[in-house]
Amino acid sequence: MNNAAGTATQKRREGSSPLLKRLRGLTTVLLSIIATLVGLLFITFLIGRVMPIDPVLAIVGERASKEVYDAAYLSLGLDKPLIVQFGVFLQQVFTGDFGISRLTARPVSDDIIRVFPATLELASVATVFGVLFGVPMGVIAAVHQGKWQDQLIRLFGLFGYSMPIFWLGLMGLLIFYGILGWVGGPGRLDVFYDDLVPVITGMILVDSLIAGEIDIFWNAVSHIILPASLLGYYSLAYISRMTRSFMLEQLTQEYIITARVKGLSEHAVIWRHALGNVMIPLITVIALSYANLLEGSVLTEVIFAWPGLGQYLTTALLSADMNAVMGGTVVVGLIFIGLNLFSDFLYKVVDPRAR
Amino acid sequence: MKIQNWLKGLVLATAISVPAWSAPPSFAATPDDILVVANRIDDIISLDPQEMFEFAGTDYANNVYDSLVSFDPKDLSKGYEPSLAESWTISEDGKTFTFTIREGVKFHSGNDLTAHDAEFSLRRAVGLNKTPSFILTQFGFTPDNMESTIKATDDRTLVVVTDKKYAPSFVLNCFTSAISYIVDSKEVKSHEKDGDWGNEWLRTNSAGSGAYSLVSWKPNESYTLNANPDYWRAKPAMKRVIVRHIQESATQRLLLEKGDVDVARNLSPEDIAGISGNSDLAVDEDLRGRIMYISMNQKDPILSKPQVIEALKYLVDYKGMEGAFLKGQWKVHQAFLPLTYMGELKDQPFSFDVEKAKGLLSEAGYPDGFDVEIIVRDAQERVEIAQSLQNTFAQAGINVSLIQGTGKQILGKYRARDFQIYLGAWGPDYPDPHTNADTFASNPDNADEAQHLGKLAWRNAWAIPELTAMTEAAVQETDNAKRAQMYVDIQKEHQKVSPFAEMFQKNEQTGRRANVSGFVTGSAVTAVYYWTVTK
Repeated sequence: MNNAAGTATQKRREGSSPLLKRLRGLTTVLLSIIATLVGLLFITFLIGRVMPIDPVLAIVGERASKEVYDAAYLSLGLDKPLIVQFGVFLQQVFTGDFGISRLTARPVSDDIIRVFPATLELASVATVFGVLFGVPMGVIAAVHQGKWQDQLIRLFGLFGYSMPIFWLGLMGLLIFYGILGWVGGPGRLDVFYDDLVPVITGMILVDSLIAGEIDIFWNAVSHIILPASLLGYYSLAYISRMTRSFMLEQLTQEYIITARVKGLSEHAVIWRHALGNVMIPLITVIALSYANLLEGSVLTEVIFAWPGLGQYLTTALLSADMNAVMGGTVVVGLIFIGLNLFSDFLYKVVDPRAR
Repeated sequence: MKIQNWLKGLVLATAISVPAWSAPPSFAATPDDILVVANRIDDIISLDPQEMFEFAGTDYANNVYDSLVSFDPKDLSKGYEPSLAESWTISEDGKTFTFTIREGVKFHSGNDLTAHDAEFSLRRAVGLNKTPSFILTQFGFTPDNMESTIKATDDRTLVVVTDKKYAPSFVLNCFTSAISYIVDSKEVKSHEKDGDWGNEWLRTNSAGSGAYSLVSWKPNESYTLNANPDYWRAKPAMKRVIVRHIQESATQRLLLEKGDVDVARNLSPEDIAGISGNSDLAVDEDLRGRIMYISMNQKDPILSKPQVIEALKYLVDYKGMEGAFLKGQWKVHQAFLPLTYMGELKDQPFSFDVEKAKGLLSEAGYPDGFDVEIIVRDAQERVEIAQSLQNTFAQAGINVSLIQGTGKQILGKYRARDFQIYLGAWGPDYPDPHTNADTFASNPDNADEAQHLGKLAWRNAWAIPELTAMTEAAVQETDNAKRAQMYVDIQKEHQKVSPFAEMFQKNEQTGRRANVSGFVTGSAVTAVYYWTVTK
């Protein structure tokens, strides 16, 4: 009896364990997401409250009388204890309400929906640029380690990494927009195209295609290409250096020697076998680089008059517009968490051992 | 070999894609009936005229709304003149103003503009009690008495009763400011929520009768206006005005040079110099209302000594700064009223004189100087001025530490009277001399508890019963010539004894395409006009 019962329990355990395991895994992931978010919010909230900036002055202005100032102070709930303020804030966040931005007089969620697609569009094009050029350059540098190709790529990457983006952006504008006229100027579109495309995704490249407005699409391309190339140049430098170092490690492995001994072509050895094994750490590198760009690049956005998340967050921070800062922080936090999960998922796609 | 092939492919792809990037059509210049302006507009917090108090916001409102009394953009020096009120009378006791409203004016919605709209708008300003409300409530209007003090007696007559007699020029000048702009009461009332006077709606929408109506506003990005073809003054030549937020001066310059914008409003001295030789472009100059000054906290035992105050005024290199890094953006000016205001004072009694300053410091008992802190916002030109002061003060042995911070940080210290020397700028709130006299030369109660935060004299803990009385008398003087002289006298006394060293007045340099004319930036008294622009 005992034996039979034991076998049944074992069977039940065996039968349900993958499901249980998955559920447990999912719960752990969810809990860690919530804990990370709450922690992130708490730290941002605390920094916002101890910052030597007066959020009330940001609203009422320098000339406000004491009565006007006090009324705004109370309406912000600043008279309540910190922990109560944080509780109220958390409650709002988890119901999707970040409150009204003090600077734009609109719901923060509306603001983020408006500015984030601009950043997403720019960061995505930049990342495509960075990956398309960065990965092959890294591979070439590794294959030709120490030779002129390697040095040239190193120099090219170093230049991108060490030049201030402010200067590079202005020079880029001056040459490609001011002198050569190859690209559009600052802004996402020529002003005459503003508001002509119905907003669906908020990304003009996508929305103009959906609306069948090819002129506007090309105009948007001409505006995005320069800032995206510049940002892409930065991620290119990083991605190519990391690819090179991952590749160098792989190229000394025994399986590479085996592949060569088997008579595989050099192309197959490098691009299929070595690069294939580099993909896992490379995905993390690319995801991190993408996440950094998605936070918004303030200087690029300022120079190119690109109304994205970086500019929005910085203006909000400097003006103590805490609702906007918190809203932005949640979005940035979610991006990092999302991209981490996505790269975990990609590991499993690329590498069966991780499944 | 394979990699080389791949490289070839890459080069080819790049070569093919470059013309593709440059393929899109681009306008060589803006169309003849569209005005595109590059400006910093990130200070716009609200589009509600009874709430806004920032420069870019007022520029917007000046074109979308009208007031009872306003200026002639073609000759701002004439002072106030009839606008939506075609005439007015003032009672013998000087307290009752009866305005006759212009006939036939319509709002953008098509509604007729009547005295009831004016009544609603002025009451709204009082009832909302936002920051600029004091411009009207200083005449004694309160939410409790406004139904009797601000009253439309019929469609064309508005009667306003002040709590006491004021100089008529003072009252009428205040009626030119944004807080007094007339909104479409039917439209705004229809969007009222929980007794908010339609504020939530009007913060992002418009309900005016001005030369332009709002098409769209994207915060920190742009706003677009469409011409009102039925505008009662004139039909605007520019059918559309687009104002884009461009933060960087260099970017504004590039856009202007390429002809993608018609006007660039925030060019740095370097960029102004850079475009000066370009025959396609022109630069306009206009003296604005902002005054750059330093002030000394009178709670400080050293800085409250009259000789120290005077010495510091001789340790400012006014001309040196103007000629060096300020390069035409600020002009030397040593009185608290901006030039072009009633009662302006052009005297410049102070110049950079280290020996004189040293003598005064010795008299005060500080022959070897002292240590002092200057608080300043981290804006480039202010920091440069502060560094110049640090250098010139050192020549008399005064060792300056610069405390930099964001605008809000520095302002917080200033308002809390927690500083030694403050370096900053002040712009008038409305186009009447009382605005600056009331803040620089009036302090009815110097106690900490009095919290006269709007008064700079209080922020600097400067007790001045005599000057306060003089300022109070000037605001009640009905004779304009006498009144102007009173402000000259107040400023002369202020120059002599105050802990304020006024240094410069803002000179705005605007870059524009040479084919654009009639772009009026509003001088010290008002804001930008777009309806006067032609190409």
